[in-house]
Amino acid sequence: MASPIPSPGFGVYVHVPFCSRRCDYCAFATWTDRHHLMGDYAAACVAEIARATSAGELDAATSVFFGGGTPSLLPAEELAAILAAIAKAPGAEVTVECNPETVTAELLACYRSAGVTRLSFGVQSMAPHVLASLGREHDPAAVTRAVALAGDAGYGDSYSVDLILGAAGESIADWEATLAAVLALDPAPAHVSAYSLTVEPGTPLAKDPQRAPDPDDQADKYLLADQVLSDAGLSWYEVSNWSRPGAECRHNQLYWTQGPYRGIGCAAHSHALVAGGGSRRWWNVRTPDRYINLVSTGASTVAASESLPATARALEALQLSLRTAAGVPADALPSAEEDPALEDLVVYAGGRAVLTPAGRLLANEVSLRLRDPAASR
Amino acid sequence: MSDAAPMDRIRNLSIVAHVDHGKSTLSDRILELTGAVDARDMREQYLDSMDIERERGITIKAQNVRVGWKGHTIHLIDTPGHVDFGYEVSRSLAACEGVVLLIDAAQGIEAQTLANAYQAIENDLEIVCALNKIDLPAADPDRYAAEIESVLGIPGDQIIRMSAKTGVGVTDLLDAICERIPPPAGDPTAPLQGLIFDSYYDQYRGVVSAVRIMQGVLRPDVKLRFMQAGRTHEVEEVGVRTPLNTPVAALGPGEVGYLIAGIKDVGEARSGETVTEAARPAAAPLEGYRDPKPMVFCGLYPVEGDDFADLREALEKMRLNDASVTYEPETSGALGFGFRCGFLGLLHMEIVRERLEREFDLALIATAPSVEYRAHLTDGGQVEVHNPSEMPPPQKLESIEEPFLQATILSPTEYTGTLMDLCQSRRGDMVRMEYLSPERLELVYRIPLAEVVMDFFDALKSRTKGYASLDYEEAGWEQADLVKIDILLNGVPVDAFSAIVHKSQAQEYGRRMTEKLRELIPRQMFDVPIQAGVGGRIIARETVKAKRKDVLSKCYGGDITRKRKLLEKQKEGKKRMKNIGRVEVPQEAFIQALRLEE
Repeated sequence: MASPIPSPGFGVYVHVPFCSRRCDYCAFATWTDRHHLMGDYAAACVAEIARATSAGELDAATSVFFGGGTPSLLPAEELAAILAAIAKAPGAEVTVECNPETVTAELLACYRSAGVTRLSFGVQSMAPHVLASLGREHDPAAVTRAVALAGDAGYGDSYSVDLILGAAGESIADWEATLAAVLALDPAPAHVSAYSLTVEPGTPLAKDPQRAPDPDDQADKYLLADQVLSDAGLSWYEVSNWSRPGAECRHNQLYWTQGPYRGIGCAAHSHALVAGGGSRRWWNVRTPDRYINLVSTGASTVAASESLPATARALEALQLSLRTAAGVPADALPSAEEDPALEDLVVYAGGRAVLTPAGRLLANEVSLRLRDPAASR
Repeated sequence: MSDAAPMDRIRNLSIVAHVDHGKSTLSDRILELTGAVDARDMREQYLDSMDIERERGITIKAQNVRVGWKGHTIHLIDTPGHVDFGYEVSRSLAACEGVVLLIDAAQGIEAQTLANAYQAIENDLEIVCALNKIDLPAADPDRYAAEIESVLGIPGDQIIRMSAKTGVGVTDLLDAICERIPPPAGDPTAPLQGLIFDSYYDQYRGVVSAVRIMQGVLRPDVKLRFMQAGRTHEVEEVGVRTPLNTPVAALGPGEVGYLIAGIKDVGEARSGETVTEAARPAAAPLEGYRDPKPMVFCGLYPVEGDDFADLREALEKMRLNDASVTYEPETSGALGFGFRCGFLGLLHMEIVRERLEREFDLALIATAPSVEYRAHLTDGGQVEVHNPSEMPPPQKLESIEEPFLQATILSPTEYTGTLMDLCQSRRGDMVRMEYLSPERLELVYRIPLAEVVMDFFDALKSRTKGYASLDYEEAGWEQADLVKIDILLNGVPVDAFSAIVHKSQAQEYGRRMTEKLRELIPRQMFDVPIQAGVGGRIIARETVKAKRKDVLSKCYGGDITRKRKLLEKQKEGKKRMKNIGRVEVPQEAFIQALRLEE
């Protein structure tokens, strides 16, 4: 089946596992007490890149993404050194996730000269009490300031804002105000990601059922976000992502089209296509200490891997594509007559089935109704 | 004969006591004092052989043991202390000349103990009364001795004061047993008459029966005639429990022991059976006693449909040991294939279910317990209803009768008001009220069995801080205004949730069940109405609102594998759900909804 999105190229993900404090909802591989490892860690990333390059595992990157953790906590020259080690295709997209309170003019100038093309700010909310409830360190003023600096540094059209909806104590009015405040930022964002707060096992949030998000409240807020963002000219292109035309995150699209990518650093995931239509995924060890150690001794950093046969991969392709504005071929789903539950969840147009806003909220349920290509062929 | 003392120095007795009044501890102490069990082999509740008996601290099966004391042979027949197993007590009494009435010196006599004491008096048995637990700070032996004297007419100075825990007074009790309980009588030369008062199934030996010899001598290697069953079996082994099974050459009149005769089915060696020698039979069997009758019914279904055959096998084996369990196959639209099972009472039901799950490694769903109803039809016919689904439709129904009990409650007088409230709210009619002493009251109510089956006992205990006790006996049938409630899921009736209740309680039952199900049924892709209806009229309704959100918010490089696995799990989960009226119902919802109220 032809992918509706043109061949997306090759991505490199670099994981930066350092934070100044851990947010209550976060289950990512990140540490607040290992800052002393930053230098060694950056060096280990450079070493892994060199090794992967010489092994022929790295194509020229069409996109690079520094995620975390808090990549902007890493000294800019360390980040620049890692980026410099990666071979990039012309016009490559290079994104760095930043926490607003860490952003300075010097940092952004350094990013600019290193070749960073895109910033992603972890804003989460513009309501101080909601930020506090999420365990975040910044206030809305820090966002305004960081965005202004981004505009000054030439990122006015290429920065994104991450939001979280459904935190304890967040009213519908708070959420509406957050959306309005984000759209009123100067310069205005070309890209917004809005995620429903998810309770991950083992987090402080999971231990406090009082703060568990209410799915109906989240549904209301999601629909509101879709409305407000669309009205502002940002169209949805994946369940949790909206952008101005052309400002979509290419790196993330690579994930959703099962493209190849290579993860660098601890806990980073990689994906490589194999002959015959299957693919292989693997991921690195979780802690920075073990990662640094393994790289320095020349040992493999892989923690585990899985092979995906072509058949399973074909179903997964549908599951991923269903979450995007591209949708799936219409015949991949039962018709609304065959399954009345799909009535308001999917629209069929141009031979494709695409989720409605209500359908995006129930994407898992719709996914379960996808015809398995392996079963029908 | 065996090595028993001469007949005039044999003493056969049962210890009659309420749960928790220390019967098993006393048995333990006697085993120790008489040297039957070495101190180093001693463990608590020695005679309770089932794990479940030790865990719950109750005795379920009657056990017997032979001990020696100062030239006497004492046969101790341990009996269950819960009202569900009352029939076992009457069996045991038939094998005795006396009873030890064991009463907690901090609580006084309880309803069932009193009922058993009356039974012992009717059977002309000698009563040795002992107040136990005098070591407790709350013990008040003088007060309870006075109460016993006034209720049972046992002189206060004859009541032994003891502590099975510390051992104080236990030798006095053993001496009193030897002095006061009369020896058995019987003619060793007469044709054999042996009374079987308990049987259990041993997987290696077959049925092992506890037997009391009334007349004649029982020897191995003879052919025995089981007079009621009309079957003949070759005796393989005769012995006594000391407490380990010890073969003997013969059991003479007055002796208690066990008998193994290659029997595979407990039903052929029922309690109350008379055994005699086939070659020289007794003229008539001993007076038997009636079989226990199941009073409470429920459906048992395997959680996994594939386990149906295993459940059948488990029930077959369970019945080898406990002939009071009945079962027959039934089918439920919601739960699949299972069995309608009958039990002596709620505790019995819980215990059987727990043993099935534990000993046979089964996961079971039990439907709400129900009693047996008699439906009289407009055409003059009559139907026995053990299951709400057997209830004839209203237009064919002339009237329904339900079984009644006469319930006796003993309680401190301060709880009189709350107990009368409880009994009235359970449709009880007072028969009489009597003061046993200024502080203690006997209340007798006529009350529907169905009301007692639900959670009466727990309510009784919680309203009286555990001080009230209950005994009951069957008291016939009575017509009542009963209705069948159906629970509908998305408009489709779910047979597993149906119930027969009194009209006055229909609303409450419907409301409770629909509310419970609203909590238990996961949100679906559409609004799911949950209704309770009586004969087509809806009396309660709840709605499980359609779910609006089921999506993984983030889906980046590291999430993709996780997302695929999540979807696979969700798909597996859906397969395991029952589909009723397009509603996906997890097994857990059935288990939780049908669980009895705590």
